[in-house]
Amino acid sequence: MPVHVQPRATPLSRRSFLVTLGATGIAVAFGDLLPPAHASDITGAAVGDFAPNAWVTIAADGTVSLICPAVEMGQGVQTALPLLIAEDMDADWEKVRVVQAPSDAGKYGNPGFYGIQLTGGSESTRGYYQLLRLAGAQTRKVLLAAAATRLEVPVRELATEPGRVVHARSGRSLGYGEIAATGMLPDPLPQATEADLKPADQWRYIGRRDVDRIDVPSKVNGTAQFGIDVDLPGMLYGAVLRAPVPGERPAHIDDAAARTVTGITRIVPLPYGVGVIGESTDAARRAKEALVVTWSTTSRVRRYDSAILAETYRDVGRDLAQPGVPARAVGDAPGSIAGAARVIVADYVTDHVHHATMEPMNATALVSGDLVEIWAPTQGPTATQGFAAAAAGTSPDKVKVHTTLIGGGFGRRAEDDFITDAVLLAREVEGRPVKVTWSREDDVRHGKYRPLAAQHVEVGLDEAGNIVGWRHRVVADSIFARTLPEMFKSDGGLDTVVTDGTLFNYRVPAHLVEYIRQDNARDIGFWRAVGYGQNNFGVECTLDEVAAARGVDPVSLRLELLSGQPRAQKVIEAVARMAEWERPREGRALGLAYTDAFEAHCAQVVEVSLDRESGEIRVHDVWCVVDPGIAVQPRNIEAQIVGAILFGASHALYEQINIVAGEVQETNFDTYRILRMSEMPRIHVQVTPTPENKPAGIGEIGLPPVGPAIANAVARLTGGVRLRHYPFLPERVKAALAG
Amino acid sequence: MTAFTINGRAVKVAAEPDTPLLWVIRDQLKLTGTKFGCGIALCGACTVHLDGEPVRSCQTQLQDVTGRQVTTIEGLSPDSSHPLQKAWIGEQAPQCGYCQSGQIMQAAALLASNPHPSREQIVEHMDGNLCRCGTYDRIIRAIERAAQEN
Repeated sequence: MPVHVQPRATPLSRRSFLVTLGATGIAVAFGDLLPPAHASDITGAAVGDFAPNAWVTIAADGTVSLICPAVEMGQGVQTALPLLIAEDMDADWEKVRVVQAPSDAGKYGNPGFYGIQLTGGSESTRGYYQLLRLAGAQTRKVLLAAAATRLEVPVRELATEPGRVVHARSGRSLGYGEIAATGMLPDPLPQATEADLKPADQWRYIGRRDVDRIDVPSKVNGTAQFGIDVDLPGMLYGAVLRAPVPGERPAHIDDAAARTVTGITRIVPLPYGVGVIGESTDAARRAKEALVVTWSTTSRVRRYDSAILAETYRDVGRDLAQPGVPARAVGDAPGSIAGAARVIVADYVTDHVHHATMEPMNATALVSGDLVEIWAPTQGPTATQGFAAAAAGTSPDKVKVHTTLIGGGFGRRAEDDFITDAVLLAREVEGRPVKVTWSREDDVRHGKYRPLAAQHVEVGLDEAGNIVGWRHRVVADSIFARTLPEMFKSDGGLDTVVTDGTLFNYRVPAHLVEYIRQDNARDIGFWRAVGYGQNNFGVECTLDEVAAARGVDPVSLRLELLSGQPRAQKVIEAVARMAEWERPREGRALGLAYTDAFEAHCAQVVEVSLDRESGEIRVHDVWCVVDPGIAVQPRNIEAQIVGAILFGASHALYEQINIVAGEVQETNFDTYRILRMSEMPRIHVQVTPTPENKPAGIGEIGLPPVGPAIANAVARLTGGVRLRHYPFLPERVKAALAG
Repeated sequence: MTAFTINGRAVKVAAEPDTPLLWVIRDQLKLTGTKFGCGIALCGACTVHLDGEPVRSCQTQLQDVTGRQVTTIEGLSPDSSHPLQKAWIGEQAPQCGYCQSGQIMQAAALLASNPHPSREQIVEHMDGNLCRCGTYDRIIRAIERAAQEN
């Protein structure tokens, strides 16, 4: 319960304050306190009176409410981010309540991620790290100053222990709650700089294995509230029948049968489908299934055939006459390759893959006049304000967003479609909230898949086998052209997220990376690890081909190309030791891959065997060493790495979306196969923090190396048979074995 | 009206007899711990106990539970004190957490019939429950931990 405290004297102004972020000099303005009222109804956190800044509120009972500006979707931010504030303010972690931030990019935008309030890109911990620690340090200084006044001693004689300001000389102390109870904030408010941050050897929470995740208890007893669990007075339930091919509209709607379904309130024609509103999820589902709709036949997407396009993209990659937008051009790679003693040429293709979050897409909206309220599992609360405003015909400031827990995001929940559904249906029944829940079939067939992509890689070697030039052509549609068109334009038509992972840290004397966009009108989106997930395949497999051509060990080659980069070298050396790289395995082989994605360093070795008859690959073990810089929550890092490895193995072995004449062929988990428990390899993860480096992103880093490590292992097992097409379906493996 | 018992409470529900139990539990009885994942018994997110046996509530019709005992995650223990719930916290198993109610209910049925399962038995029993975050390893460890404390 919130404790309301009457100030004993006139409270001083809650002024804005400025902090300066490190040497980069980014100034971040903290606004006035915004009571986290929208969020508190989700978390039930206490809201007190004493708020030194926009992040911290201390109640008279000592409860400390800390804002979590990023969205919890399983990656642990609701613990890791507040923990950073708690560290430098010396909060008692037992008394911390976490409050989900309202949508307000001005206050809670990520300074490391364009200032936007979007959870993704493995940007939360690394982007907010310094800001949140400074907010904690500033809070501590406010508490010290307030305590100094109260105890009538100089600030310099005071110290803090978790939850208390202590005056050792007199043996007196004040709990944070007691200080908060005065309601007095010092004027001027003390400021914090980097010099006020705790040195690493005094950390109480950062790096500890025994700080549990705060969201876990609610996830073992059914009380965790996901978007799909939203329940509001008077709420109605919606479903949407979407056009089977994106871009089509309903041409004729026969809703006679749908209208006879008990509990149906409304049938709503939409620009892209037909919505139904009813008294229960099941009524909406039944009515949706009873709709008979004829669709328009004019969409460009009808020409989309993923298997044919994969061949087209591969051809485009090979056709060097087709120019690309350069992502990197160092030296004269084409010239060096032309003059090389030997050239390695390879093409890699990656099929569309789907996010398959366990919680299907859903959102709840309430429209009242020009005001809109949204309850949603969204990765982008402020973007959602815009999406909802566009759908409702109002302005973003009229939209209030309540962000819930997310049952899996992986990039899918940065999108607008599930928000739009809820708003368009809620407009029809103003004053009553409508929750729209997608079926699994809707979710699979109407995804924003990772792009279909081809990579053409050419590497020139001199007589001694040294790399003289590296050319990498990425052929795919663009994610940014749709989602961030202005940035795409200002980057000259380069999609920097689709090409992620091509700009590696290996030392090569000439390096050309080109992006050749293919616009085929089918939306594609951000999928866990985005470009790294596909491009690391091309990079790491080609490197093994170079090693084989030169007759050197893949470990040695990488160590050589990473000279002068000890963090990179150390994870590779460590994973080789862990996996006993030199030890031959009977009937099995090891494969290696490495990535420097998201400012981390991650090396993996996998052990595989192969059933040559069936073409089935079995991954037995995965060893992984990660240098995350500062490890804020090491136990959670291990969990994230294991999860991403399984995600990576699943997509490299099984996952595939096939689109024929614009229609997605997969529908549910029977046709879209994701990895099950019995298919899980043994996974051995070693996290080796380097506390002198800032925290890296850890939610995605485990994914990219798995696929290339598997392909490299298969090549070593089979005397050089290369798998160049994700996923490694048995028939593809058999075809590769047959040459 | 269909009468049955859920988490020890007698209830009467008005809905079409072929309504999936899942939506009765979630929309009408407001027990949202049981999750919708796939609707066709492929993922296990909606697992509940029917007279002690694990069933997929998305493929169980309301008419099939007349007079029977249904237990959901909310009824597994009054205070998260079931050995599996404690072990789940001890191992920090959940990530996004969405599939975990179903995982725990599936595991609880295993331990009820086999208090000390082998790793192979655990995997075989749990293989129908999908987790996209990849928490399988910690789920196995949590079940093993709970079994040890049995």
